[in-house]
Amino acid sequence: MSSDVRFTDFKSDKQPTWCPGCGDFGTMNGMMKALAETGNDPDNTFIVAGIGCSGKIGTYMHSYALHGVHGRALPVGIGVKMANPDLEVMVSGGDGDGYSIGAGHFIHAVRRNVDMSYVVMDNRIYGLTKGQASPTSREDFETSTSPDGPNQPPVNPKALALASGATFIAQSFSSNAQRHAEIVQKAVEHDGFGFVNVYSPCVTFNDVDTYDYFRDAIVDLDETDHDPSDRDQAKDKILESEKEYMGVLYQDEDSVPFEEREGVEGSMAEIPDGAPEGAMDLVREFY
Amino acid sequence: MPEDLNWAIGGEAGDGIDSTGKIFAQALSRAGRHVFTSKDFASRIRGGYTAYKVRTSVDRVESVVDRLDILIALTERTIHENEDELHEDSVIIYDGERSTMQDVEVPGDATALEVPLKRLAEDAGGAIMLNVVALGAACEVTGFPIENLDESLEKRFGDKGEAIVENNKEAARKGQDYVQEEYGEFDYDMETTDEDYVLLNGDEAIGMGAIAAGCRFYAGYPITPATDVMEYMTGRVDQFGGKVVQAEDELSAINMALGAARAGARAMTATSGPGIDLMTETFGLVATSETPLVICDVMRSGPSTGMPTKQEQGDLNMTLYGGHGEIPRFVVAPTTVSECFWKTVEAFNLAEKYQTPVFLVSDLAMAVTEQTFSPETFDMDEVEIDRGKVVDENDIDAWLDEKGRFQAHFAAADGISPRAFPGTTDGAHMTTGLEHDELGRRTEDTDIRIEQVDKRQRKVETAREQEDFDYREFGDPDADTLVISWGSNEGALREGLTLLEEDGYDIRFLSVPYIFPRPDLTEEIEAAEDVIVVECNATGQFADVIEHDVLERVQRINKYNGVRFKADELATEIKQTLDTPAEATQ
Ligand SMILES: Cc1ncc(C[n+]2csc(CCOP(=O)(O)OP(=O)(O)O)c2C)c(N)n1
Ligand code: SF4
Repeated sequence: MSSDVRFTDFKSDKQPTWCPGCGDFGTMNGMMKALAETGNDPDNTFIVAGIGCSGKIGTYMHSYALHGVHGRALPVGIGVKMANPDLEVMVSGGDGDGYSIGAGHFIHAVRRNVDMSYVVMDNRIYGLTKGQASPTSREDFETSTSPDGPNQPPVNPKALALASGATFIAQSFSSNAQRHAEIVQKAVEHDGFGFVNVYSPCVTFNDVDTYDYFRDAIVDLDETDHDPSDRDQAKDKILESEKEYMGVLYQDEDSVPFEEREGVEGSMAEIPDGAPEGAMDLVREFY
Repeated sequence: MPEDLNWAIGGEAGDGIDSTGKIFAQALSRAGRHVFTSKDFASRIRGGYTAYKVRTSVDRVESVVDRLDILIALTERTIHENEDELHEDSVIIYDGERSTMQDVEVPGDATALEVPLKRLAEDAGGAIMLNVVALGAACEVTGFPIENLDESLEKRFGDKGEAIVENNKEAARKGQDYVQEEYGEFDYDMETTDEDYVLLNGDEAIGMGAIAAGCRFYAGYPITPATDVMEYMTGRVDQFGGKVVQAEDELSAINMALGAARAGARAMTATSGPGIDLMTETFGLVATSETPLVICDVMRSGPSTGMPTKQEQGDLNMTLYGGHGEIPRFVVAPTTVSECFWKTVEAFNLAEKYQTPVFLVSDLAMAVTEQTFSPETFDMDEVEIDRGKVVDENDIDAWLDEKGRFQAHFAAADGISPRAFPGTTDGAHMTTGLEHDELGRRTEDTDIRIEQVDKRQRKVETAREQEDFDYREFGDPDADTLVISWGSNEGALREGLTLLEEDGYDIRFLSVPYIFPRPDLTEEIEAAEDVIVVECNATGQFADVIEHDVLERVQRINKYNGVRFKADELATEIKQTLDTPAEATQ
């Protein structure tokens, strides 16, 4: 079946309610392409999303999906994958969802290294609540709740990931369709937690981090001599605060996913009609 | 000699009190005696008073009483802590050679046995075995065959090698011999039987029930007294193809469990007070996404971090009403340790049949109480599994709409939609915490909103029709006095009522394991003159619920000092309540 799957098979018949021009359209298209390219189909794919404009993604895609509560998509994804490693699990959400309310889960999902991908639509603003500062907003970015700017430096999610032991860190830009799809595809193919931060501009509330800004600022790593297997090089690039990179910043080719290390074999959905064979031994342990 | 014997070992946390008590309890259980254990412990790892108590009898024992017959006191404080429970026939075993124990004053007429525990242990191979010397001494005092203790020592130390086991047996003999030589015969003569019992606590019974019920995924975050559920399942569930994951917090734990349940696994999380608070956010998501999930709350005393190692049944309202909006749910509270097993099995069936959260409510007293049962109590052949309306490739067509889309939230007459595990061909669908249509797509359409709310609510009505949410009844069915309780108080109440019967009080006792939906008690309450609701909390949360159900004031017995009910104490309180005019107590 997989060979016949086209990326449009991952499209639902629900029209997105995103503002015209929103970066999330491009981000989603890339995700669907990556899934189709990697031989998945909607019936073996599970999308988990958080809350935010970005979190609506599960509604516009066609697959098994769960749209949960704000900031908790990663644990849901981990549970899905642990219970059925045969599924292709992709988690997605915004920068507020992932790095603010969900920051704790982010660090732990990274270090747990379950084989799934995490695509964050980073627009450096809270879109759905109509324009407040997000954890990736610039220090002087004026918003309704931070008239003088947040007055604190933005988080650097890629540095957070690297420090937490990430095995795959990438940066992408939603309007660069071909490259973006490629990068997400690499995250999907990675054996472990494939983290992609996607610059996905909010055309309604963010007039600083715009398409034009990213287009000018972004440097494609493929056009440099960057070696993603070299953690030190990745660290230097990630900590260069003035630069915006696109591409795979770091990948550990020897990564072994958590569920594999834990010896999870196949789906946990199948259970017998009664207590499992040998269950009486559990009682005898208490003699 | 009393029919039941109450024994305790007490000292400082870190003195090996728990493992010593457990060795003795296991020896008794293997000798065919019933055992009921309880623990006094403080929230600290080293230091602080801690005790392990064992009540044992040839007949079943299901509660604790305020009486201690044998006390092994490793510290002077142990004696003071238990002073009220000692009587003229009590025997206290302590090491009079220890500098801190030299001026010990033995209260009342109790008999004090000074046994040089440490010196004898050193003679047997190491001071560390001083507790075992004390056990040997206790065997002599109680006339308990020391061979049974040997078996228990083999079980406890078998992994550490033959030499260690032998040394321990030797240490026990030294304690036994010392008492025989220095103090001669005692009145006690503990009978043994040919029965083979198993000894387990409520948390272990929940964990075992979960595995028996096919639970394959457990995510949790450590918290007393729920951690034992997680520790029990760790390693064991793996043998059946499952996994335990220690999450970074409770928010994550419940969401991981939700994810696993959504992927088709039977999944559970367990926590206690502060953890259930954090999980609340996700209760509604579980219900709205119609995911089957068992959420276990092993209550401890609150509010806030209250007394983490003390008993309370204070979270009832939280499990009944917790979460914003209105959430169709089930709340089930096992009333005994063995019921912890069976109600867990039932909780999984309810969760999957009705695709909604099931709260399994236990408490500290139940969690740490070890109790003996015949192994058949947990007959695995009796475990039935009902996964509800799961559809697969073969029958999914019936549930597709005209465009071939799976109707995961089909507004069925009984409120229960079909469920397709991810991976099922043609079943791909969205599910969300937002209000949605039958396909699972977000909507703010007012008619669909009403349709879906009603649909989810109908599950509860369907369950009321299909399930047997009944109480367990004890005592005299025609009595004028009706006592109602829930959770772990059942054992103490049953024994308390026997004591009251001896004093001429007739009582009908209903122990209610189903908090929501719950049995309708209108008839029972109308037939009674006095109605008393007993629970371990200050405000009477279950009493409130019952008053609301039947519009009738009930009397209440509440305990909230952090200690579980005791049988004799309950008998006294019930007497006082009945002898005081109702108006005065209301
Ligand atoms: C617990 C909780 N707190 C607050 C909210 C309100 N809320 C909805 S979306 C959102 C921020 C979303 O920002 P981001 O993740 O950056 O996504 P975007 O909308 O920009 O795509 C907030 C605060 C909520 N839904 N739940
Ligand atoms: S508000 Fe911003 S993020 Fe939300 S849909 Fe509109 S453009 Fe996109």
